[in-house]
Amino acid sequence: MSKITQMDALTLGKAIAAGEVKVTEATEEYLKSIKESDEKYNCYVTVDEEGAMKSASDVQARIEKGELKSPLAGVPVAIKDNMCTEGLLTTCSSKILYNFVPTYESTAVSKLRDAGAVILGKTNMDEFAMGSTTETSYFGPTKNPANPEHVPGGSSGGSAAAVAAGECAYALGSDTGGSIRQPASYCGVVGIKPTYGTVSRYGLIAYGSSLDQIGPLTRNVSDAAAVLTAIAGHDEKDSTSVNAKAKDYTKALTKDVKDIKIGIPRDYFGEGLDPEVASKVRAAADVLKNAGASVEEFDLSLVNYAIPAYYTIAAAEASSNLERFDGIKYGYRTEDYEGLHNMYKKSRSEGFGAEVKRRIMLGSFVLSSGYYDAYYLKALKVKALIKKAFDEAFAKYDIILGPVAPTPAPKLGESLSDPIKMYLGDIYTISVNLAGLPGISLPCGTSAEGLPIGVQLLADCFEEEKLFRTAYTYEQCK
Amino acid sequence: MANIISDETIEYVGILAKLELSEEEKEAAKSDMGRMLDYIDMLGELDTENVEPMSHAFPVQNVFREDAVTGTDMRDLILKNAPEEKDGMFVVPKTFE
Amino acid sequence: MSDYETVIGLEVHVELATKTKIFCGCSTEFGGEPNTHTCPVCTGMPGSLPVLNKQVLEYAIAVGLATNCDITRYCKFDRKNYFYPDNPQNYQISQLYLPICRNGHVDIKTESGTEKAVRIHEIHMEEDAGKLIHDDWLDASLVDYNRSGVPLIEIVSEPDMRSAEEVIAYLEKLRMTISYLGASDCKLQEGSMRADVNLSVRKVGDTEFGTRTEMKNLNSFKAIARAIAGETERQIDLIESGEKVIQETRRWDDDKEMSYAMRSKEDAQDYRYFPDPDLVPISVSEELLNEIKSREPEFREAKIVRYAEEFGLPEKDILLITENKHLADIFEETVSKGAPAKKVSNWLMVETMRLLKENNLDPEDIRFSPENLASLIELTEKKTVNSTVAKEIFEEMFKSDCDPVKYVEEHGLAMQNDEGALRETIAKVIADNPQSVDDYHNGKEKAIGFLVGQTMKAMQGKCDPGSVNRILKELL
Repeated sequence: MSKITQMDALTLGKAIAAGEVKVTEATEEYLKSIKESDEKYNCYVTVDEEGAMKSASDVQARIEKGELKSPLAGVPVAIKDNMCTEGLLTTCSSKILYNFVPTYESTAVSKLRDAGAVILGKTNMDEFAMGSTTETSYFGPTKNPANPEHVPGGSSGGSAAAVAAGECAYALGSDTGGSIRQPASYCGVVGIKPTYGTVSRYGLIAYGSSLDQIGPLTRNVSDAAAVLTAIAGHDEKDSTSVNAKAKDYTKALTKDVKDIKIGIPRDYFGEGLDPEVASKVRAAADVLKNAGASVEEFDLSLVNYAIPAYYTIAAAEASSNLERFDGIKYGYRTEDYEGLHNMYKKSRSEGFGAEVKRRIMLGSFVLSSGYYDAYYLKALKVKALIKKAFDEAFAKYDIILGPVAPTPAPKLGESLSDPIKMYLGDIYTISVNLAGLPGISLPCGTSAEGLPIGVQLLADCFEEEKLFRTAYTYEQCK
Repeated sequence: MANIISDETIEYVGILAKLELSEEEKEAAKSDMGRMLDYIDMLGELDTENVEPMSHAFPVQNVFREDAVTGTDMRDLILKNAPEEKDGMFVVPKTFE
Repeated sequence: MSDYETVIGLEVHVELATKTKIFCGCSTEFGGEPNTHTCPVCTGMPGSLPVLNKQVLEYAIAVGLATNCDITRYCKFDRKNYFYPDNPQNYQISQLYLPICRNGHVDIKTESGTEKAVRIHEIHMEEDAGKLIHDDWLDASLVDYNRSGVPLIEIVSEPDMRSAEEVIAYLEKLRMTISYLGASDCKLQEGSMRADVNLSVRKVGDTEFGTRTEMKNLNSFKAIARAIAGETERQIDLIESGEKVIQETRRWDDDKEMSYAMRSKEDAQDYRYFPDPDLVPISVSEELLNEIKSREPEFREAKIVRYAEEFGLPEKDILLITENKHLADIFEETVSKGAPAKKVSNWLMVETMRLLKENNLDPEDIRFSPENLASLIELTEKKTVNSTVAKEIFEEMFKSDCDPVKYVEEHGLAMQNDEGALRETIAKVIADNPQSVDDYHNGKEKAIGFLVGQTMKAMQGKCDPGSVNRILKELL
């Protein structure tokens, strides 16, 4: 039998169900792995050794009693630190929540617990999910396990790196503008952002509420389908959660793309795309073509407008969502202050990092008196146009295929200095959030330097099954 | 740079957002915000005359709860993370003059 | 002074009578220990999300229909962003761009006889804030979020009122309409109805409005009248002395009869409204509108006309009974059980009002059923009990809604209609009280009262005083 920490989640789940591996044993192995390598990678903000071991023995007992049937029962998972976990520190990698212990559980985590998941700890991220490198974390950057001199991507960098480094069997991340798909691509793992409304946002600490979605980061496509099956579903506590029947996405895992029409946006292969990335992505398209899919190029249009529209909407929503961090109810409060407003200002200015403050300032400005129509409303209109462009594309194609990021993972410290350059790196991922679409990032090779490269597949809203089927076929054929 | 952000604007947005920036941060914020706004101005190139603004990517409507009490007393939990509390309440700098 | 005209518009906040808060399942009940009616949603915990209480929408639409508004068929919630500790998210979920009701009006009639329509600009739904309490020991404030998230509607009028009298008539009209709908109890003192006054002055004949101020913290009709007088005078003084009225929010201090500007550099009053992405749009269907319309009660004006025609009641009775819908409902149901209208009215106006007042209760707190009131009236009509006993029964009914027939049986209170027994008792009373008998024969008419009293006492009240009088006179 292979090493526990090298197994994918479903394989480990099977071994546990068959009694070949005890949940406690699997958990211990992962905790050991974290001890060995996390000092180097810094994937975790919090490792819950005690809670994980307790949960492991509980789950083991429930499996033995036949109470847990989920294929993920007993499999250790890591949770991005912006999802509330009852009784377990939840910081959003921010000083302002350095001591926040939620008294309630996010719905996605609660569903995983119901499936018998063992939670190892909370993973590092860009502060409040604002960033693409995991360098804006108050708790220091996470390093890319493929090459620790490089970033793991972000904002779910801790989750992606933990999966890649064998510090968890799979992880949950969140994706507002590419925050699952881009780190998955940088770290060489699978990451899916489901259709907006598929996974409940209850308990997810909001960045851009109309864009945020929770999704899995896994070793392979089958794991991603199994995890999404476990966490998806209607939740009465989230008004934006879609009231649809629960689906078993693993049923879509068949090697068959003969009926799939794939469109490749020409606009994605223009200036700024690293030639190595371009060739790997095109090679991935060829694999699917050889498997029987039809592949053609088309013009998606509006690609360049997605970034300014996204940053306007996300910053505006974030400026409002982050108002609740005020030093009164929870989190950091400054030591010395004179009066209420000084307390607010000092707590927030000391508690938030530079990138968060930058976006709050921008968001507050674009919503302020006299600018709302010109910026925020305009961005919502452009969002409608972008959605329309995708609607037209999906009338012709089942799947849109393209790169995830323009380059492989950059070196630590190279991206933060110029915000616009940093934001440009999100060009292939953010329009998906604006249009609410599902998107998956799959490893499709490595650069000459040995850094992972990812390919992105997109489908129309609620067409996750097509996405999984195509992704699975690619994974099997490559 | 087409958008010149003044000290007053930074001061004003700081009041709205309750952020107090250092001199260095203010200078950075002025230049960052100006550049971001220049970049966002690109949206002006698109004709959106007859476009409805879209808040949600697809039309979910009429999500309600019934008017039935589900909450129980969870005061201790609500106050658990409070930086300062007294008599079951959150303590804040005085708001009365 | 008299060449100035006061122009007033109101922003009225009304707390809706739902069981739970607008966006979470916490109770709206008054008076719990601080923060015991709270949850992650109404305390702004990270990751919590709002879900709209359907009853809030229905009440808001009902009020809109009753005030002749257009109902916005596609409406949304917006966030109003401002930092204050009573507002846990530091934004209030409200409606700016697409409020639920627009363009309505109510007709008012002042005591001095002015009749006019006051136009309603809009009605929107929003959440209430928590409560701040000053703590002298810490010299700090304490926050209680029990009221945070209690549903409100804000009714914004056009600047159509010209005097305190009109303002009060308008508020009375809203109070009556909304309480008849059951959407709120509209109590100014308890804060379930709150009015902010927007006021400006101008020379009579001017067509432009003057600069207005907004006054807050007005918690009685008297305070509103005083604040209007005070602010009118302040603005006229400013103008007369060549100064300008500044557009600002002012806080009325009713003890000092003065208002204060509530200004600070930190209150930019730039609320950065935008559609709340955590809530989805509301689409109001024709069916829902019709359903709400069909539930609309008969309002007071209609009842006043009908009661006069149908029951021939005096105006005084009608006004009192229709002052409160619950009272009017009890009246109508009791009458429908066969009780004579005037008798029902008397019980409601005299004994019910007395007991409500003595017990510091509102008509909503009345617990006796119309059935029992009707059966008590029947007992008195049939002379099964006399009025003294009836009052005693009523007091018990008021407390415990007892069945008067059973109560009479259990306590043996039925009147003795056996004249033989009554005659025997009276004969005994006459024999036992020769002095009073003498007095009576000597022309002291009052002496008979004593003998009646003695007879009633001997009969334990279970006889009709009229019969006692008759037999006494006969035997004497």
